[in-house]
Amino acid sequence: MTATTGARTATATGTFTPQPGAAPLTRMIAAQTVLETRMLLRNGEQLLLTIVIPALLLVVFSAAPIVTTGAGKRVDFLAPGLLALAVMSTAFTGQAIATGFERRYGVLKRLGASPLPRWALMTAKTGSVLVTEVLQVALLTVIALALGWSPHGNATSVALLLVLGTAAFSGLGLLMAGTLKAEATLAAANLVFLLLLVGGGVIVPLSTFPHGVATALHMLPISALAEGLREVLQHGAGMPWGDLGILAVWAVLGLTAAGRFFRWE
Amino acid sequence: MQSTPAVEVTGLVKRYGAKTAVNGLDLSVPRGCVAAVLGPNGAGKTTTVETCEGYRRPDAGHVRVLGLDPVAEAASLRPRIGVMLQSGGIYPGARAAEMLRHTAKLHREPLDANALIERLGLGSCGRIPYRRLSGGQPQRPALAMAIIGRPELVFLDEPTAGLDPQARRATWDLVRELRADGATVVLTTHFMDEAEKLADTVVIIDGGKVIAHGAPEELARGGAKDTLRFSGRPGLDLASLLKALPADTAAAELTPGSYWVKGKVDPQMLATVTSWCAQHSVMPDRIAVERRTLEDVFLELTGKELRS
Ligand SMILES: Nc1ncnc2c1ncn2[C@@H]1O[C@H](COP(=O)(O)OP(=O)(O)OP(=O)(O)O)[C@@H](O)[C@H]1O
Ligand SMILES: [Mg+2]
Repeated sequence: MTATTGARTATATGTFTPQPGAAPLTRMIAAQTVLETRMLLRNGEQLLLTIVIPALLLVVFSAAPIVTTGAGKRVDFLAPGLLALAVMSTAFTGQAIATGFERRYGVLKRLGASPLPRWALMTAKTGSVLVTEVLQVALLTVIALALGWSPHGNATSVALLLVLGTAAFSGLGLLMAGTLKAEATLAAANLVFLLLLVGGGVIVPLSTFPHGVATALHMLPISALAEGLREVLQHGAGMPWGDLGILAVWAVLGLTAAGRFFRWE
Repeated sequence: MQSTPAVEVTGLVKRYGAKTAVNGLDLSVPRGCVAAVLGPNGAGKTTTVETCEGYRRPDAGHVRVLGLDPVAEAASLRPRIGVMLQSGGIYPGARAAEMLRHTAKLHREPLDANALIERLGLGSCGRIPYRRLSGGQPQRPALAMAIIGRPELVFLDEPTAGLDPQARRATWDLVRELRADGATVVLTTHFMDEAEKLADTVVIIDGGKVIAHGAPEELARGGAKDTLRFSGRPGLDLASLLKALPADTAAAELTPGSYWVKGKVDPQMLATVTSWCAQHSVMPDRIAVERRTLEDVFLELTGKELRS
């Protein structure tokens, strides 16, 4: 391979004359992130799950006293919970279902033979999850502010919570997608979403449950994220270390298990 | 570097649990060739090809693709090969043209995606997502994706399965052009005529082993007998003809006035038969030479029964 580009083009005349090579990594990752995001935003069920449901819940439960949310404005309690739900819907439910079907349709397998390294594919997937989350957070924030939300606290804590929450849910979602059949992932991911929506302190305060149950439920990643965000945004806390710790443990467990058990075919 | 074969497989063994899918297989594909891998369902074609692509780790044997170990040196190999899986490989929600344009972005000097879209009629799939394409339609974007990166070596696993005749021909033309421009192509197929028309070298595998290989015409000849047919006056004495021909030749009158001669059909044999006819004042009508086709060879080797 000592021939210069000039020499090669001089001898190469055909359309299909081999000139193989990978694109620069940054270009590959950018292209893959764009494609993943486009696939996600094109999918009607995904949009329902990630955009419509959290927004609708925020509006409905803020408007009417359906659940007892404790002292203060209902929206101040609900907005952090629905931000947590938005993260779960994208990083866990949406990502698990999409990746499960990509595995089933041989997309992951085919990409495995492309110049894109696997870690770069995973980076792109994370990128598209983050892009979606930014859209979700923006939308929910606008709605919540319109409903009279007055958030407190510091942005760094919030960002840290969101990032660790995303890592925890991604690990669990990918673990599911990489080990179960696509149909099983579809069913299980939706079921988990529903159960955690009800029992994870998103719109129903954990204090509604008996004390022991509430303590156990608080160990769930969704509760840790919702409560952590609430500590900061509703009560103006600094760093909610306990909740961050719970999320970090889930992130390490989930990502390690996904890395270990994920099957590409 | 160019002198090493594009694909070099020796003694490949691949098991799935207790099932041995490939059992001591040898395969060598020179650069710039089109190689066709034939074999009944479950013969081990996909397993062999996917081992070369780096998807499977051999249980035994030696695999080198473009001089590289496909598993250990996957990172260097992958940008240089093009892969079309037997099925799938495209996002269920993606459109054909979109997926191709995306694949182009993963390569350094890709082909012009629009030209390829035009050529393979991918535009006609329009805005239909991949999961709703019919029958053979998904094959086309998958084929295009395999070649868009200008690979040195292309693996196509049943590229024409389910295609209509026009699309099959378009695929053949593409494969021929790839070869003409210096790429190597390894394809699997169930179509004998496809292998015969397209391939420089054919490998027939069954039960995970190579049972025949060679150039398609060589294989079809394969030392086996061809048939010469002719018509003439009924009741000719064939014994005198057989005396003039090599010992392993056979001849018979099938129906009155209709004869066949089975043996090595070459210009010498044809001359012997026609001069024998002249001696007997017979005008041989409808002389026809019947060559074995690759399909005959395939069925002889693998049996005519349906496999369970
Ligand atoms: N992942 C797998 N797990 C278990 N067995 C497998 C697997 N893949 C293939 N096999 C078995 O290995 C054998 C060879 O399969 P392979 O797919 O290589 O055949 P093939 O020649 O490509 O067949 P076809 O013409 O149907 O595509 C078959 O008996 C098949 O059932
Ligand atoms: Mg196969």
